[in-house]
Amino acid sequence: MSLIDLSGNLLFIAFLAYLIGTLLFGGAIKSNKPDGAAKRADRWGRIAIIVTIIGFLAQLGYFITRWMYTGHAPVSNMFEFTTAFGMFIVGAFILIYYMYRLTALGLVALPIALLIIAYAAMFPRDVTPLVPSLQSYWLTIHVITAALGQSILAISAVAGLIYLLKAVDPKVKTKGRFWLEAVLYFAVLVIGFIVVTVTFRSMGYEAVFNYVDKNGAQHEIIYNVPAVFGMNEYVLLTDDVMEPIAEMPPVINAKKLTVVFWSFIVGSIIYLLFRLISRRRILDLLHPLVRKVNLNLLDEIGYRSVLIGFPVFSLGALVFAMIWAQEAWGRFWGWDPKEVWALITWLFYAAFLHLRLSKGWEGKKSAWLALIGFAIILFNLIVVNLVIAGLHSYA
Amino acid sequence: MEKIICACGHENPFGTKLCEKCGRPLTEEVKNQKVLDMRYDGIAIRSKTRNKSIVDKIWNFFSSVKVGVSLIFINLVAASIGTIFPQEFYVNVATEAEREIYYEETYGSLGKLYYTLGLSDVYSSWWFQILVGLLGISIIIASLDRGIPLHRSLKNQRVKRHESFMKRQRVVAEGPVTAGDSAKTLDLVEEQMKKLKYNVRREGNAILAERGRFARYGPYINHVGLIVFLLGVMLRLLPGFYVDESMWVREGDIRTIPGMDGYFIENEKFILELHDNEKTEAQIQQGVNAVAKNYQTNVKLYKQPDDALPGQTDNLELVKEYSIRVNHPLKHEGYSLYQMDFRLNELKGMNFALTKKETGEELGDVSIDLTNPQKEYVIDDQTKVELLGYYPDFSGFKNGEPQTATSNPNNPAFIFKMTTPEKPDGEVSFVAIKETVEPNGDNVYKMSFKGIETRNMSGLTVHKDRTIPILIVGGIIFMLGVAIGSYWNHRRIWVEQLQDGTIRLAAHTNKNWFSIKKDLTAITEVAHLPQFIDQVEKENNEDGQKEKEGDSTL
Repeated sequence: MSLIDLSGNLLFIAFLAYLIGTLLFGGAIKSNKPDGAAKRADRWGRIAIIVTIIGFLAQLGYFITRWMYTGHAPVSNMFEFTTAFGMFIVGAFILIYYMYRLTALGLVALPIALLIIAYAAMFPRDVTPLVPSLQSYWLTIHVITAALGQSILAISAVAGLIYLLKAVDPKVKTKGRFWLEAVLYFAVLVIGFIVVTVTFRSMGYEAVFNYVDKNGAQHEIIYNVPAVFGMNEYVLLTDDVMEPIAEMPPVINAKKLTVVFWSFIVGSIIYLLFRLISRRRILDLLHPLVRKVNLNLLDEIGYRSVLIGFPVFSLGALVFAMIWAQEAWGRFWGWDPKEVWALITWLFYAAFLHLRLSKGWEGKKSAWLALIGFAIILFNLIVVNLVIAGLHSYA
Repeated sequence: MEKIICACGHENPFGTKLCEKCGRPLTEEVKNQKVLDMRYDGIAIRSKTRNKSIVDKIWNFFSSVKVGVSLIFINLVAASIGTIFPQEFYVNVATEAEREIYYEETYGSLGKLYYTLGLSDVYSSWWFQILVGLLGISIIIASLDRGIPLHRSLKNQRVKRHESFMKRQRVVAEGPVTAGDSAKTLDLVEEQMKKLKYNVRREGNAILAERGRFARYGPYINHVGLIVFLLGVMLRLLPGFYVDESMWVREGDIRTIPGMDGYFIENEKFILELHDNEKTEAQIQQGVNAVAKNYQTNVKLYKQPDDALPGQTDNLELVKEYSIRVNHPLKHEGYSLYQMDFRLNELKGMNFALTKKETGEELGDVSIDLTNPQKEYVIDDQTKVELLGYYPDFSGFKNGEPQTATSNPNNPAFIFKMTTPEKPDGEVSFVAIKETVEPNGDNVYKMSFKGIETRNMSGLTVHKDRTIPILIVGGIIFMLGVAIGSYWNHRRIWVEQLQDGTIRLAAHTNKNWFSIKKDLTAITEVAHLPQFIDQVEKENNEDGQKEKEGDSTL
């Protein structure tokens, strides 16, 4: 088995371990023992965390073997970076778990990591050679530190989500209930994206188009899902596939829009089916699972993970980034969209930390802020990379 | 301002909430709190005590955390606006008019609006810079407002605190010792606290155990770092601190380096290397043929002798030979030269043959250096070609005159005067790529095109930034402050043994209650103290989900 195959298998093992870990954490949470600090880590919880650690080690194995194979830290394209982000989230969870021994965290942290890794796997997985600007040891230092910081910050969103799942009463119609369900609906849309991509990929669907870009140059583009939106002045080159319904202007990447469209449709269908069959919100399903968690402790974990993550993020996403930018481009700051969004993330968490000084910003509000912070991190990962063009665009 | 005299006799400055000496609540508001607001330890803060003059009002405005947080959010939103469409410096057009057209054509009317509102260059706009400045002012004033009195109060802490202070801490315990000799309790507490790395002070029957006080300075330290950084950025505006120039050098050329007086650079060779990998899935999807592996310019850096005139290239001293690559700039005396851009196969020379149209007989070759064309090219005594006109970037005729768009030889055109033994008065011909115009159309000779020579051109940027050391210092101070403020916390435990041997305990931390409770559990066990309770948690559990007190203080 070659190194790259081994790497792929290790990642698969990690994925399975996280899946099993999630179920085990579910079991741990359901047990009826009192929620004392010492007893929280009961038998189920212990097995769950062991399985999680095995998964983490397997993924670390993936990371190292891929590094050995490619010769550079595997954080240089969308698949590699996003996978590593998932890994660091699990790592940060393990760290926080051993600080607070709260099993409920695993029930949310692992599914988030699973979704992120599955999302990563939807991008081309082959090894990409490095362009000159990425050929620097700062790639390793900057990207890994930044991703680590983001992952620790993400744990505050995990704690925040659990906090809200408990604190928001699913029986009472409130704005909080609506938005929390919206967050869960968004998670289902990600599942929709994964289902769409996997389905058409296994069918081997391919539709080739010619189109004209905004500079007037002609290019070829391959759709892997049925084209709903066509690129500017598209010409379909493949027989027997769906013709696009609408043509988009050159600034809009119709291929990506099509994927978003299908994810939205399929995700919504999954969500609606769930609602029709269970006759409940997702919130109703999750609320009882976290009935026993201690809200004060969750609030503290949420705050603490921001405190731990913020310096790491500052160092990786701003300080190291500036040093590298100075080295590669001669200016430490260039207002590239990714830089700006890293600054926005940083400003947001700085505001979060200052708000914690004021009365009334703990608990629910703080939990919502943690979710918004994570949304900004995801925005920077997904939208800024894929939609807004800049120096950091991966795909 | 009048002083507040506490029941214990201590004189407190106006605005103090908790007596600096004994901790007694001094205001009605504080007296009614079940758990004391321990932010800034109840000290008198300038912004909370004075509100008369205009200076006070400005001071109070900027020292408010609310204002600070609002400024952070406003800056955040302003910064995000700049990412909606690409900023001007990422748009590759030269003039303002072209830019406007670019935004409109590429992004429609929204793009035009974006450009018109100046959002396409938002980060250099006056209002964005004012917003950053306001945030900087807020950081300075808020830090001074709280930092100085807080420092004073932390330095002058008394060990013994009044009952009304102790009982209103978040974590408290009171009662008789649970086992053992109560006379030894304080010794046991002291010993255990020292084991837990607390600084212990004991005055009679009272103990103050304190750990990680320096963590309280973390936020102030990081604010200092931020201010130093911002000042460093502002220094760039002063002349001499910052050089940012770009230049093009063709292979074989020696050019002066803009912004770096007395230095010249020679481009020996530009090298572009491509990865020879199989096309990846991503490459196929995006239609990318090959991935670049290396952009490199081999250069020689020269220095003029000290007495030379500007631009004089005689007697240059070779300073350094270097291969400038991305991520590997050439560094010399605070200046750095970066590989930024390149242009391949630029026309360097054109070769012609003076040819007799009828027979195709060639009288001789003429090769023209497009960057340095000569006035005439002599083939022999009776045969020569004069260059009457040269248009490096021919863009058409205007009033019968050939025009050139730029001085770069992108589309060269010439007016030749060919003198031959047969036509001693010469024949004139206009020659451009794929186009020949003769005034009378009856020339005997022509300049027939033989070939071209090309060379590459490197785009380099020249940087000098003397603010970098200041930025580094600011960055280090900031990171230290953030780490200190985040990874350490200030824990205090007050223990007092009353006359009857019972214990009264109170504990406070600026963050991380989880850990201080672990410490408390340890001393409770060792010294057999009464069980402590968390009054906030108790209250929360009683009243359901009421918002609790602010849990952290700067």
